[in-house]
Amino acid sequence: MTDAPEVLRAVKVTKRFGGLVAVNAIDFTIPVNSIVSLIGPNGAGKTTFFNIIAGIYDPTEGQIQFRGETVIAHARRAWLEPFLWLAIPAAIGVLTAIAGVAGAPGGLVILGIFIAVLALLASLVTGVARGPGYQRFLARFGTFRSARPNDMVVAGLGRTFQNIRLFQNMTALENVQVGMHARLHAGWYDALLSTPRNRREEVYSRARAEELLALVGLKGAGAGLAKNLPYGDQRRLEIARAIASNPVLLLLDEPTAGMNPNETAGLTALIGRLRRDLGLTILLIEHDMKVVMGISDRVTVLDHGEKIAEGTPEEIRRDPKVIEAYLGAPAE
Amino acid sequence: MTATTTVRPAAGPTRSPRARLQDFAHLHRSTTILGSMVVVTIAMILLPQVPPLSLIQRSDAWFDTFANAGVFILLAMGLNVVVGLAGLLDLGYAAFFAIGSYTYAYSNSPFSHQNLPFLPMLAVGAAVAAVFGIALGAPTLRLRGDYLAIMTLGFGEIVPIVFLNLDKWTEGTNGIGGIYRPEPLPLIGEFTPLSPFAYYILAVGIVTVAMILLYRMQDSRIGRAWNAIREDELAAAANGINTVTTKLLAFAIGATTAGFAGVFNASKLTIVSPEQFLFAVSFIVLAMVILGGMGNIWGVAAGAFVVYLIQIVVLKQLNGIVEGLGIPFLTNINFLDYQYLLFGMALVLMMLFRPEGLFPSQRRRRELHVGDDLAGEVDEGEPDEPGLAGSMGDAPGGPSADDASESKP
Repeated sequence: MTDAPEVLRAVKVTKRFGGLVAVNAIDFTIPVNSIVSLIGPNGAGKTTFFNIIAGIYDPTEGQIQFRGETVIAHARRAWLEPFLWLAIPAAIGVLTAIAGVAGAPGGLVILGIFIAVLALLASLVTGVARGPGYQRFLARFGTFRSARPNDMVVAGLGRTFQNIRLFQNMTALENVQVGMHARLHAGWYDALLSTPRNRREEVYSRARAEELLALVGLKGAGAGLAKNLPYGDQRRLEIARAIASNPVLLLLDEPTAGMNPNETAGLTALIGRLRRDLGLTILLIEHDMKVVMGISDRVTVLDHGEKIAEGTPEEIRRDPKVIEAYLGAPAE
Repeated sequence: MTATTTVRPAAGPTRSPRARLQDFAHLHRSTTILGSMVVVTIAMILLPQVPPLSLIQRSDAWFDTFANAGVFILLAMGLNVVVGLAGLLDLGYAAFFAIGSYTYAYSNSPFSHQNLPFLPMLAVGAAVAAVFGIALGAPTLRLRGDYLAIMTLGFGEIVPIVFLNLDKWTEGTNGIGGIYRPEPLPLIGEFTPLSPFAYYILAVGIVTVAMILLYRMQDSRIGRAWNAIREDELAAAANGINTVTTKLLAFAIGATTAGFAGVFNASKLTIVSPEQFLFAVSFIVLAMVILGGMGNIWGVAAGAFVVYLIQIVVLKQLNGIVEGLGIPFLTNINFLDYQYLLFGMALVLMMLFRPEGLFPSQRRRRELHVGDDLAGEVDEGEPDEPGLAGSMGDAPGGPSADDASESKP
């Protein structure tokens, strides 16, 4: 799976909101263990593109391949899905009806109806829950549904938000533990019975969360509520939460927005460290050119939903189209 | 490493006995609950024998009251999962109570010609309620806040009306009567109309088990996921939580608890009829959750107990007290008629002066008292200065600085 030279490949991704083309036929790749930046003026479609990758929006056209597998694309043969849900309960219902007509005892018919209703409920729940394996089940019938945000996390993607979206009234430690949700497996029955697995995972997740907090520079801040942390630390906590799911690709949406130069330098260093120490691949949306030019391997420039340039920071700095559309005046 | 990390706050010799007790309670929650429930149970057996309570009613009547209160404690704890933990406003909770009750009625009544053992039926009633909880939950998953509340309200209305109108199957308004009482249980004894003590012990048992299980849920990965959804659903999904299954689970667990309450209630009243499950029940239980302290399991249980006692005992005594005072104008008022008025006033006052409820969870209290919050933190958290200093000094320090220069081309 990780054989693919790139972690993520976007193929002709287009997103239209009514008449507005927010993202227009973007081709885009993120090589393994690189830092790629996405820049562009406000309203260029950066965050929309981000949200498509994270599984929040379905693209109107095109697809996203993540670790060599197509995970996000416009839904295909979606009409088949309800029929798949109904197939088994309907079959049981029909069999029951036939048995009833053929003169089976009443108790048996009632049992059949009962089982059909339960099966209907079960398949509806399976359908809305879309648990693991559901995608593959659909694929067998040529039906495709995009991965949802939580599926993307399971597949190996972590993200932060442009406006910090921490769980404000939970402690910093709990925030990171929630981030580990997809990598823990204790279910409700483990919790109810307090099984060894549940206890093991609780101990592990707490220890691991402490480690991650220390990694982002929040050692000892775990017991405080997320909302009581200073702004810069909230940004750091959000990163800790995002990397708690052991992602392969980390999406950072304007991580240094609203920070002072000192905090920005610290966070830039942290991003570099994440790539080096954890082997993460990072996609960055950023307005601070110093940050972008300083740490990116490649920079992609969007304007009005179109990709207008792509290359190393040096190339981008000199690209006349970029200067015209984005910087407005020659750089330096 | 693993051994030290189980202890949440730094366990030092400086910690006060109270803090150490809290640590113990946190680490050995089930034991703590069991212990406190034993104490409460014994206290509630002894208190009705001595003056203030023994003057009001006979001790048997008290046990009857307590057993009935147990039903509402169960309901409140179950609704607390949906409303308090997962943040899904459910206004039709009585429906699950009804489903649990009718399940027991069908399994143990002359009407259905069945007489099945009680304890298995307790599980079956809860399971049936859980199935309906999921069935209701599934279509409401896309809805939030007000819209969800209206939809659950609809479900809460539908269920009693269905029981009312399907009179061929449910005996309509008359309800299903003559429900058999539970067979004698070991350690608890025989259930007869004249000795509510057995029901009291049974209620305590069910409440204790439910409380232990709910606390376990709350402290687990699932409990954290509920909290995360309550805080920010999109962020929860972006952190790998399957919001659909997690919300369904909240509905299912809430409904299960109501199913327990329903089975117990039906076996105690020996009759079920649609008017026991009207909107007022959903509303009272929601009020119990809010008054008790949303999100705090034992607080909600205590709140339910207090509210139930106020409704059933205190308001009744109010008539007696006022009569004793002999003020002619007030004597004509039957305070039981005004219980919803008084209750509503209590709610309004409560929300104005103590919005977090009587026994709030720490989380809620911090949420609603932003100002006092920091003082509390310092008090509890104790010496954490290295952490604060670390978060500022760490980042631009040693390894990170060369990092930045390194990655420049």
